[in-house]
Amino acid sequence: MSALPDFDRFRGTATYIVDDGLAQAVNVALALARPLLIRGEPGTGKTVLAQEVAGALGLELVRWHVKSTTRAQDGLYVHDTVARLHDSRFGAGDVRDIARYIRLGPMGRALASSTRVVLLIDEVDKADLEFPNDLLHELDAMRFQITETGEEVVACERPFVVITSNNEKELPDAFLRRCVFHYIEFPTPELMRKIVRVHHADLEERLLDQCLEAFYALRGLTRLRKRPSTSELIDWIAALKHAGVDLARIGGGLPFLGALIKNETDLDTVRRARA
Amino acid sequence: MFEGFLYALRRHGVPVATQEWLVLQRALSLGLHESSLDGLHGVARALLVKDLGRYDAFDAAFLECFKGALAEAKTIREELRRWLDDPRRLATLSDEARALLESLTRDQLEQLLADRLREQQERHDGGSKWVGTGGTSPFGNSGSHPSGLRIGPGGGRQAMHVAEERRFREVRRDAVLDVRVIDVALRLLRELGRDGAEEELDLDESIARTAKNAGELEVVLRPPRRNRVKVVLLMDVGGSMDPHSHLASRLFTAASRAGRFARFRAYYFHNCVYEAVYADAHFHEPLSVADLLAGTDRDEKLVIVGDAAMHPSELLEPGGSLYFHTRNRTPGLAWMRLIRAHFRRAAWLNPEPERLWTGQTARVLSTLFPMHPLTLAGLEGAVRGLVRGVR
Repeated sequence: MSALPDFDRFRGTATYIVDDGLAQAVNVALALARPLLIRGEPGTGKTVLAQEVAGALGLELVRWHVKSTTRAQDGLYVHDTVARLHDSRFGAGDVRDIARYIRLGPMGRALASSTRVVLLIDEVDKADLEFPNDLLHELDAMRFQITETGEEVVACERPFVVITSNNEKELPDAFLRRCVFHYIEFPTPELMRKIVRVHHADLEERLLDQCLEAFYALRGLTRLRKRPSTSELIDWIAALKHAGVDLARIGGGLPFLGALIKNETDLDTVRRARA
Repeated sequence: MFEGFLYALRRHGVPVATQEWLVLQRALSLGLHESSLDGLHGVARALLVKDLGRYDAFDAAFLECFKGALAEAKTIREELRRWLDDPRRLATLSDEARALLESLTRDQLEQLLADRLREQQERHDGGSKWVGTGGTSPFGNSGSHPSGLRIGPGGGRQAMHVAEERRFREVRRDAVLDVRVIDVALRLLRELGRDGAEEELDLDESIARTAKNAGELEVVLRPPRRNRVKVVLLMDVGGSMDPHSHLASRLFTAASRAGRFARFRAYYFHNCVYEAVYADAHFHEPLSVADLLAGTDRDEKLVIVGDAAMHPSELLEPGGSLYFHTRNRTPGLAWMRLIRAHFRRAAWLNPEPERLWTGQTARVLSTLFPMHPLTLAGLEGAVRGLVRGVR
C-alpha cells in the first residue's frame, strides 16, 4: 500500500467542525483500515462523528448501540430459537431450514454488505467487561461463521469501524492495541464559536459572546457533578433564541438553566456560586 | 532519534507494544503525518497511546525527543516578533516586566529565548529564569506574573505547544476521581451469581425438557446473573475530613447506584468508630457496632473511607471519644479490631496522599486494614483486594 492520491480525507463537514487532531485520527484509521476508538466527555459529538464520516464519504452507516446486556454474539447474528421452538410446536414454516431463523446483527450486516459501510459501535464500555475481547477476531479478520448453518460471512470491503466509549480504562489491552485512539477534548472557546455558528448562523455576535462567557464560567465550576456539554450549549442557545430572551438578562440571572444543568445538586451549586 | 522516541516513551511509562510501533512506521511511510512535527504528534499519539491518563506522559516524552527541533525553529522567533509587535499585549504587563523588556533590545531578547530553550533540559514550572509556565521569567506561559506573556500561538494548535502545555496533566492516572471513573472502578467489584426471580429463558434446559416431553413445548426460566457482592461503607465525616467531603460523596453516589451491589449500606463515624456507627452524617441515628456485625454476613465487603488522622488518645486510650458522651471504656482501636475481625475482606480508602500517612494513628490503622489512597489507582487496588483478598 502506498500513499493513495485519492485517499479519502476527512476534514469535517459543513455541519460538523473538527479540530486537526480528530481529523488526523480519522484519516489515520481510514488509511490503515483500523477501528477508530473515540473517547470524550458526553455531548462532544462522538456518535455524530460516525454519521458525519459516513455522510462525507458517501457510505451507509450501520449503528450498533451497545447496552449493558449486549453480548458480542448478538452483533453478529442471533439464532431465534424461540421462534423456531414456537414453529415446531405450532407448525408454521419449515423448522428444518435453520437459515430462516438466523437474524444478522448490526456487525453481521456490516460484514455481509456488498459495499463498504461505516459501522458505529456506540458506547462500547456499557457492555460486559469481556465484550470487546469477544469481538477481537471479527474486527481483525472481518469475517465470521454462522455455526448453525456452517455459512461463512466475509466482508467484501472492510467496513470503517468507529467505536465510542465514555471510558477506555476498562477496555482490554489486546483490543486497544488494534485501535486508533482519539480523545475528543472539550472545544476551546474559539472552536466552540465555530461550532455554534454552524447551528445558529444568524445569532448576534454579542449574544454569542455572552452565551459563551456564561457557558465557560459554568464549566469552570469544579464542584459540578456533570458539566454542561456542547450539545447542551446548542440547545440552550436555541431556547434563548426561541423565547427571544432579553440579552441584558444574561449578565444577571441565567434563563433556561435547566437546558444546561440537569441535576438538582448542581443547580444548587450554580445558584450558590452565582449568588 | 526515532528509536530514541520509543524508549523515551517507555521510560515515561507509556507501554508501547511492538505491534503498535510497527503500525506507526507504516503510517509514517504512507505519509499520514504530512511531513510535519504536528502531524507526527497527532499520528503517533493516536496509534501509540490508548489511555487518556497517559497523554501527559506521551507529551513529556515527545518534548524530550523533539525539543531540539523546536529550539531551532524559526517559527518561534516569528511568533515572538509578532507578540512584541502587538502593543495591546505590552499593556497587560506589569511595570517590572515592561522595564525588563525595555532593558533588552529585540535581538537580545530573541537570542536569550533561543539560548534558554536550548539550555533547558526539562519541563519547567515556576521560577524566574527558565522558559515554562507559571513563572516570572520574561518567557513562558500562564505565569502568575505577566500573564500576557504567552509565546504560544493564539488559537493555533501546533504540536509542540500542545505538548509544551501538557494540558493532559490533570487527567493523569493518579488524579482525583469523578463519579463516572469511580463507577467504572467499582464495576470490577463483583461476583456474579444467579439468585432471585426467574425471568430469563434457560434455552438449553428448555430444549432438553421439550425433547424429553416428546416435543411438547416446555419453557424453563432461570434468574438472570446478578452481582452478589454486598458492601458496607463506613465514612469518616467532619473535622479533618471536611476538605474531602466532595470526594467521599462521589464515592457514595457511585457505590449506591441501583443494582450495583446486592446489598449496600453506608454508615458514618467521626475519626474513629466506638460503640456505634450512625446512619446519618449528623449522628442522630446510631446503630451499635454489635447490631451492625450481627446483621452483616462475614463475606460482605467492608470499605472504610477516612483520613485515619486523629489524636492518638482517640484511638488508643479508653474514653477517647471526644464527641459522644457514651460509656466508651474500650479504646477505639479495640472496636476497630473487632470490626476488622468480623469481615473476611476489608479495605481502607484514605483521601490524603500516601506520603501524609505518617501520623501514629494512620500507621496503626494501616497495619489493621489494607490502606489505599482514594485515587483511581488506589481504588483499583482496593477493589482487587476486596475481590481476591490480597492484603
